[in-house]
Amino acid sequence: MRLKKNWISFTTLFYREVVRVLRIWPQTLLPSAITISLYFVIFGDIIGARIGDMKGVPYINYIVPGLVMMAIITNSYLNVCSSVFGNKFQKNIEEMLVAPMPHYVIILGYVAGGVLRGVLVGIIVAGVSLFFGKITVYNWWSIIAVGLLTAMLFAFAGYINGMLAKKFDDISIVPLFVLTPLTYLGGVFYSIDLLPPFWQGLSRFNPVIYMVNGFRWGLLGQSDVNISFALSILFLSMVGFFACCWWMMHKGIGIKS
Amino acid sequence: MLALEIQKLCKTYANGVVAVDNIDLQVEQGDFFALLGPNGAGKSSTIGIVSSLVNKTSGSVKVFGYDLDTNLIEAKTCMGLVPQELNFNQFEKVKDIVINQGGFYGLSRRVAKQRAEKYLTQLGLWEKRNEVSRSLSGGMKRRLMIARALIHEPKMLILDEPTAGVDIELRRATWDFLQNINQQGTTIILTTHYLEEAEYLCDGIAIVDKGTIVERTKIKHLIQQLQSESLVLDLQHDTVTCDLPVLENVSMSLIDSRTLEVTFPKSITVNTIFAQLSNKGIQIVSMRNKSNRLEELFLARVGVNLEA
Repeated sequence: MRLKKNWISFTTLFYREVVRVLRIWPQTLLPSAITISLYFVIFGDIIGARIGDMKGVPYINYIVPGLVMMAIITNSYLNVCSSVFGNKFQKNIEEMLVAPMPHYVIILGYVAGGVLRGVLVGIIVAGVSLFFGKITVYNWWSIIAVGLLTAMLFAFAGYINGMLAKKFDDISIVPLFVLTPLTYLGGVFYSIDLLPPFWQGLSRFNPVIYMVNGFRWGLLGQSDVNISFALSILFLSMVGFFACCWWMMHKGIGIKS
Repeated sequence: MLALEIQKLCKTYANGVVAVDNIDLQVEQGDFFALLGPNGAGKSSTIGIVSSLVNKTSGSVKVFGYDLDTNLIEAKTCMGLVPQELNFNQFEKVKDIVINQGGFYGLSRRVAKQRAEKYLTQLGLWEKRNEVSRSLSGGMKRRLMIARALIHEPKMLILDEPTAGVDIELRRATWDFLQNINQQGTTIILTTHYLEEAEYLCDGIAIVDKGTIVERTKIKHLIQQLQSESLVLDLQHDTVTCDLPVLENVSMSLIDSRTLEVTFPKSITVNTIFAQLSNKGIQIVSMRNKSNRLEELFLARVGVNLEA
């Protein structure tokens, strides 16, 4: 009985998030499609033509997985972060806090909304890439697993950011100063094999490397890292972030005085 | 059965402010109960703790026997909250706000829709159901929060200053609505600044000041404690102060030439006052209680010196 009620609570929150994403689609779905189209034009078509192949793959095809992952990471993070902070700002997060919703239901409701937006934008970007290059599928399972785990991981991270944010500036600091550098240095545009040994070693501490390469392996069969290791890192990080979200909810950090 | 049982409740905020200081409070099932107190007395903090929006420092809270520490989900199911500040999404439609709240409480969409129609209709908002909530007037927004809090038909409804800033007509309509649901068995706890609201609606009352309860009684008992009565009399003819009779322990003052305020101890009957006025040829057209007759008592309880 309780499980059924929790399911209804979850689907209500998820439905509300879906409505929000679709209602403001010019803000949620369109920007990434435009930005990443520009990447395809500039790095893939104009500059990429001069670069030639990367690890035996035309450069424009080589960057497709990374750009899709970039869209998934950014959108799943921003969706949850802005939604949680917006609900805190308007105080309507209290609608859920007074209701008999376990913490995990609230967290997963928001995260599901973020995952949906991340995946939708990922599909749009993949669709756009068809105008510039060719997409092949090497392993569907890897694509689905890496795509979903990455979206979930960054949605959890966005949830933490949203909980901690006290003003609007706080929800742009992490994406700007942490997420963007990690993504750009996460092997989206290059193989880490091209880096000197020191930077190669350092890059392996960047979690985005594992996501981009895991996804690239699923599409191209090419990877700089071990896929099982990448999936393990992703899964464990996701569990860790979820635990952190739950703990913050339990303590009321950022939402209760 | 106790609807609410608070024991040794304390709340100290991170900045060191003690908002709630060792409060004990019991509210019986079916009561219409008022928490009165000046700004910053600790009313909203107490309600925040009960509705689990504020972390308590120590103490225990039970709602219909469910302890918030051990049976939070069950306790929450019994409660509905109408907060002081607007706390719904300003961009959502009226019906969506209410239906979604039903979903958060585990109601199926079908049941939530039926109940949303029921309560939005009762509160005069059904015609506005498809409007975005920010377009509603202030009074409508308050009623929307009441409809939202009732969607799961809680056994106890908590209202934090539900009629603040609401016009008289709407306030009366809200009172009638609340009395109606109280008569149907819902326990109601409200905080208010309006003493007349507490007098009109409530059976039990607690006066909170500086985080503690300084008075816990029935509203009738509180009124009985009034040492004096104040009446406002409308006079038939223009009157000047020198026309007024002089009576021991009775204060008479003209508000204007046809309105007289009389304050007299309970030992003197209204008949005596009227007889004295009549002897002086002063005819009374109508009379009413001074609306803020509980204020002096209230201020005395919370330690405010009127003459200061």
